[in-house]
Amino acid sequence: MSNRVRLIGWCTFLVMLSLIPLFITSGRWIDFLEMTMFVAVLGQGWNILGGYGGQYSFGNALFFGTGAYIQALLQFKFGLSPWFSLWFALAGTALVGAMVGYLSFRYGLRGSYFALITLAFAEAFHVLSRSLTAITEGGHGVQLTLNQNPDQAISTFQFNFAGEFLKAYGFYYTIFSIMLIAFCAVWLMERSRFGAQLVAVRENEDSAEALGINTFRVKMGAICFSASITAMAGVYYTQKFLFIEPGIAYGPAKSVEALFAPIVGGLGTVIGPLLGSFFIHGVGEITKEMIGHVLGNRPGVDLILFGVILVLVLAFLPRGLAGLVEDLWKRIFRGRNA
Amino acid sequence: MLEVNAVCKKFGGLNAVSATSLVVPKGKIVSLIGPNGAGKTTLFALISGFLKPDSGRVYFDGKDITNERPHSICRQGLVRTFQVVQPFANLSVKENIAVGAHTRLAKRADALAKATEVARLVGMEKMLKQSAGSLTIAGRKCLELARALSTEPKLLLLDEVMAGLNATEIQEIVKIINGIRDSGVTIFLIEHVMQAVMSLSDYTYVLNQGVIIADGEPREVTSNPAVIEAYLGHGAAERIAAIRTVSSRKETADA
Repeated sequence: MSNRVRLIGWCTFLVMLSLIPLFITSGRWIDFLEMTMFVAVLGQGWNILGGYGGQYSFGNALFFGTGAYIQALLQFKFGLSPWFSLWFALAGTALVGAMVGYLSFRYGLRGSYFALITLAFAEAFHVLSRSLTAITEGGHGVQLTLNQNPDQAISTFQFNFAGEFLKAYGFYYTIFSIMLIAFCAVWLMERSRFGAQLVAVRENEDSAEALGINTFRVKMGAICFSASITAMAGVYYTQKFLFIEPGIAYGPAKSVEALFAPIVGGLGTVIGPLLGSFFIHGVGEITKEMIGHVLGNRPGVDLILFGVILVLVLAFLPRGLAGLVEDLWKRIFRGRNA
Repeated sequence: MLEVNAVCKKFGGLNAVSATSLVVPKGKIVSLIGPNGAGKTTLFALISGFLKPDSGRVYFDGKDITNERPHSICRQGLVRTFQVVQPFANLSVKENIAVGAHTRLAKRADALAKATEVARLVGMEKMLKQSAGSLTIAGRKCLELARALSTEPKLLLLDEVMAGLNATEIQEIVKIINGIRDSGVTIFLIEHVMQAVMSLSDYTYVLNQGVIIADGEPREVTSNPAVIEAYLGHGAAERIAAIRTVSSRKETADA
C-alpha cells in the first residue's frame, strides 16, 4: 500500500469518525464508538511497550488505574480542576512506570518474567487501593459529584461553556481527541530515532546494544510513554463515569483489553489497536445481541468468543488485522495491474 | 589503538581467557586465530563490554574502557559483529543498517540516507528493501558488517565474518574488508579461513586454551611448532618437520 493511499484512507476515516454524531443520534451507537476509541487508546498504550518494544506487560491496568485514581482524587480531595489535574495524572503515572521499569529492566527481566512483574504490581496496587482507605476511600471507590455550577471548585469536563451540541457529545469528542493525540504521538515515534531503537531492542537486544543503543534507557523511555498514554484512558474513564473503584481501576479486565486490541489488530502498527478494538467490540456487541435472542441474557459468552478469536489470530494472523488488510490490498492491487 | 592488558575471565572452574595481553595498532588489520574453544569470542566479548573481565584492563584510544557498557563503547568508536549473526529479522536491510547509523545521526532521514550509502559500500544496494530474515548466510554476514560500519567505527571487531561462505563470496568480502581498512578503520578479526588470514592481516595472534601462544606476521606464526601442535595435536610439529627434512634431503640428493 503506497504511503499516499494510506494517508488518504486514514484522513477519510478520521473525518468520518469525527462527523458521526451529526448523523447518528442513537445513544447506544455513540456509547459503542466511545468505548471502542477508549479501548483503542488503552491498546495503543500497551502497543508502545509491547508491540514496538517487545516487552509484554500483563498489568497495564496499573497505569490505567493510577491515572484514573490520581485524576479522581485530586478533584475529590483538593478540588482541582480536571483540566489541571490531568497533567498530574499523566506525570504521576509515568513515574509509576519508571519505577516498575527500573526494577525490571535494571535486572534484565524479559519475556514472561516481565509479564509477571507487571501483573504483580497491578495486583499490589489493587490491594493497596482497597486497604489505604485514608487516601483512596478504599473499596467504596471515589464518587465525583457533578456540579451544576462550573465556576465552583469541584467541576468536571462539563462542556457547559460550549453549545448544546458539544454538551451532548462532549465525551465523544474528548475521547476522539485523546485517541488522535495518542495515535499521532505513536505515528511520530515510529518515524523517529527513538522508535527505530525501540524496534531494534524488540528484535534483538544484544545487537541493539552492540550498535550503540542504550537498551536500558530506551526501555525506560518506552514504559514511561506507555504509562502516560494509558493514563490518558484512565483520566477519560474517571471523567466519563465520575466514579472509580479498585476493581475497575486495577482489576485484570483492563490489562487484558489493553493487550487484546493490539494483538488482534496488529502488533507494532499505529492502526492496529483501533482495528482490534473495533473488531472485538463489534463482535462482542453482535454476539451479545444474538445470544440474547436465543438464550436470554448470558453475560460472559462474548468473553469465551474473545478467547477463541485470540487463539485464531495468533495461529493464522501473526501480523493481526493490519497485516491482513495489507496483504489483501497487495493482492487486489497486483490483480488489477496484471 | 587497542591495548588489552593481562585480561582474565573464568566461567566456573574453566579459565576461558587467562592473563591475555595484546595490542592492535592504528590503521592495521590484526587477526586472532586459534582452535575451537580457545576463547577468541570470549576475548571479543571482554573487549566490547559484553562480559566484564575478572581482572586486567582494556584500553581504547588511550582510555580505560574496561567496565563500560557495550553501547557506550560503540559510541566511542569500537564496534563488534557477532559470530552467530543477529539481524533484526523483521526489518528491511535498510532499516537494519539505519539502526546503526542512528548512533551518530538523530534524524530518521539522515540515518536512512546513510544506510543506503553504507549498503553500496558492501555491495548490498539491491537488497535494501528485502527483509533481513530472508537473506542468505552471505547476505546476513554482509549485513552484520554493514550495520557495524554504519556506526562510523574507528576500530572494527569482526568475529568470523567468512565462516559459511564459499570461495567467491570470501574473495568479495576480503576486498570489502581491505577497502574498509583503506578508508582508515582499524580492524581486529577472528577467522578460521587461513587463506583470508594470510592475505589480509598485518599481524596475527594465536590463542589456545585462553593463552596467547604465539604472535607475529602470519607466515612466521603458521610455521611456529607451538601453533601447529595446538591445531594438530602433540607431536605433530616434529612429524611435519621430519617430513620436511626428508623431502628437502631428497631435493638436494636429486639436485
